Amino acid sequence: MNRNLTLGIALTAVFIIGALVSLFWTPFDVTKLAISQKMQTPSAIHWFGTDHFGRDIFSMIMVGAQTSIAVALVAVGIGMGFGVPLGLTAAARKGSLLDEVIMRGNDVVFAFPSLLIAILITAIFGPSALNAIIAIGIFNIPVFARLTRGAALSLWTQDYILSARVSGKSAARISVEHILPNVTNLLIVQGTIQFSLGILAEAALSYVGLGAQPPTPSWGRMLADSQTLISLAPHMALFPGFAILLTVLGLNLAGDGLRDMLDPRLRRAGR
Amino acid sequence: MKITRNLAVAAIALMTAMNAAHAAKTGVTIGLQLEPPHLDPTSAAAGAIDQVLYSNVFEGLTRFGPDGSVGPGLAESWKISADGCIYTFTLREGVTFHDGSTLDAGDVVFSLDRARAEDSTNAQKALFENIDKVEAKGDTTVKITLKKPQGDFLFNLAWGDAVIVAPESIEDIKNNPVGTGAFTFGNWAKGDKITLVRNDDYWGDAAKLESATFKFISEPTAAFAAMMAEDIDAFYSFPAPENLASFEADPRFTVLSGSTEGETILSINNKQEPFDNLLVRRAVSHAIDRSAIIDGAMFGYGTPIGTHFAPHHPDYVDLTNFSNYDPEKAKALLKEAGLEDGFKTTLKLPPPSYARRGGEIIAAQLREVGIETEISNLEWAQWLEQVFRGKDFGLSIVSHTEPMDIGIYARPEYYFQYDNADFQQMIKDLSTESDPKKRSTALKKAQMTIARDAVNGYLFQLALTSVVNAKLKGIWENAPTQALDLTAVSWED
Repeated sequence: MNRNLTLGIALTAVFIIGALVSLFWTPFDVTKLAISQKMQTPSAIHWFGTDHFGRDIFSMIMVGAQTSIAVALVAVGIGMGFGVPLGLTAAARKGSLLDEVIMRGNDVVFAFPSLLIAILITAIFGPSALNAIIAIGIFNIPVFARLTRGAALSLWTQDYILSARVSGKSAARISVEHILPNVTNLLIVQGTIQFSLGILAEAALSYVGLGAQPPTPSWGRMLADSQTLISLAPHMALFPGFAILLTVLGLNLAGDGLRDMLDPRLRRAGR
Repeated sequence: MKITRNLAVAAIALMTAMNAAHAAKTGVTIGLQLEPPHLDPTSAAAGAIDQVLYSNVFEGLTRFGPDGSVGPGLAESWKISADGCIYTFTLREGVTFHDGSTLDAGDVVFSLDRARAEDSTNAQKALFENIDKVEAKGDTTVKITLKKPQGDFLFNLAWGDAVIVAPESIEDIKNNPVGTGAFTFGNWAKGDKITLVRNDDYWGDAAKLESATFKFISEPTAAFAAMMAEDIDAFYSFPAPENLASFEADPRFTVLSGSTEGETILSINNKQEPFDNLLVRRAVSHAIDRSAIIDGAMFGYGTPIGTHFAPHHPDYVDLTNFSNYDPEKAKALLKEAGLEDGFKTTLKLPPPSYARRGGEIIAAQLREVGIETEISNLEWAQWLEQVFRGKDFGLSIVSHTEPMDIGIYARPEYYFQYDNADFQQMIKDLSTESDPKKRSTALKKAQMTIARDAVNGYLFQLALTSVVNAKLKGIWENAPTQALDLTAVSWED
């Protein structure tokens, strides 16, 4: 295993473990406010200090990881769940009207600024974690659809596909039995990258107040809350900022590492 | 060689100019969070219009002083008939509008008739409801006949919505306001600033400042930066209370902390289950810890209130003990109401930080007694749509900034939907009562009634915290009305 991958997986694991532990235990209750202890700097009791309501920032980051990971994971799931079948279908019917409709539809979604659509969705249905998931998920669909179609197209010209066709297998069966297993590696790599983008997107939506609603802690909202307090309590911005940075960095490193490991052709051709 | 000398000359000239600018500052730049939608104070509720124009550009027959008292404005004096129904105002001589036309009784008749006309878009039409007719008696005498005696008529005429405008310039008032004040309207760079210039033909004491610029900065962080860089000389109603400590510690600035007419309340939808039950509303009122909210959301700026009335008003009754923080009592009350397992409701919050931060604190406090709230943060337009007009909410937090607005509790269709016939009668009686003693008793009784009925959760009186350059003198500390009167503002040497 290469160094990037190790580091990436380690960083990601820290946050995933933190999120899992927070399901059962956090050092402090994040729904309890203690105004008298507001904006304390990091100490032995509050490792990352407290926020403007006296909540423990370390605990909030643990629970915030839950929010971020859950939102990003489901959003990537939506993207794959819809994007991959669409991509497979488009590749199987290459050049047909269906292919055109699917891919141009994807282009349309792709062409929209994602944050704008997310704001539109949350403006209509109200801000919530669920709507943030849907908004981010929708934008993952074309990413996976394009990736799948591109990879599948080159597979369709392979000899073993030709023999599968000759033996009378339907296009759908070929897609599922032969194409899909061969694009899985690519999907895993892309999934990791999209996962990190999802975490960023969730933070951005929460930052503008359109993600998970209080009292559910969310990294983006922690940043937004700290904005006007930055001169008084910089630690309130630093820790959630680092949390976002390190998770995204971890996932990107993991994604790079996975690509190098799973797709040796890329390594030979690319670098 | 020549270039060098030219440069040196230019540098010296520049330095001199800078020194001169430094020595005699004759203008002022004031930061405001909201920009007015247009510039006609008589046809919109937006407080920003009055902040820019009240007393600076437009004046009324009477006017508010810095302490909230009502004194003569364009009317020099007035007589009230024995039955309290006829007011005879004598206008000041020699007052001209900024376009040169003279102020006469006709302008007053025009202004008041326009404000109370059927098709008038005045935001406070109720102020003029009691007027029967307005007549000009000669050039400088105006006779106003009321339908019935009214105790606060002079107070009503002092509002920004009752300023005197001229028929000659009414057409374009929204873009080019022409009034009688100590400043004339200069220029409006939309989205950025409005400039006012001193009116040298002012009837009273001329303003000390030559010009005044209102700059609109909605973002608290940007406001903080602009103030710190001294790009603006004062920020009226500074939006981020958390930054005030930094300003207080800085000798360049003074922080003015005054009172406003803004009663900040936890609005309760009195018609929605289970809030239609008095026990539940009282439980909510006991579940709230005001000092934690003031400390946590306002960083200590704010006065706790126990009813919908401004604490600086002489008739204010301190009822905070009536709904003191007592979570055990709140739980007991909920149990009595048959809700010992608690319940779920919605908490819809508009954008100001008092609401957003206060909302999180209140949600945590209510959770302690078993009330789960689902918070939704709304933009103003959504809030007006869903809460104010749609009445689709359980709880909300908002500051009611109109002066003496306890009358809203007599309107059953008002968004918190309090319907109490006794109280409505009380307010009705009050509106015709002009005896100060009886008014005072009635006002106190009204305050106690709504506190006893725990109509809303009464949180705190919004503090008016303005950050001002330490050398700038004369900015109003309190806000008896939405106004930023610059006529007496000056720079200290």
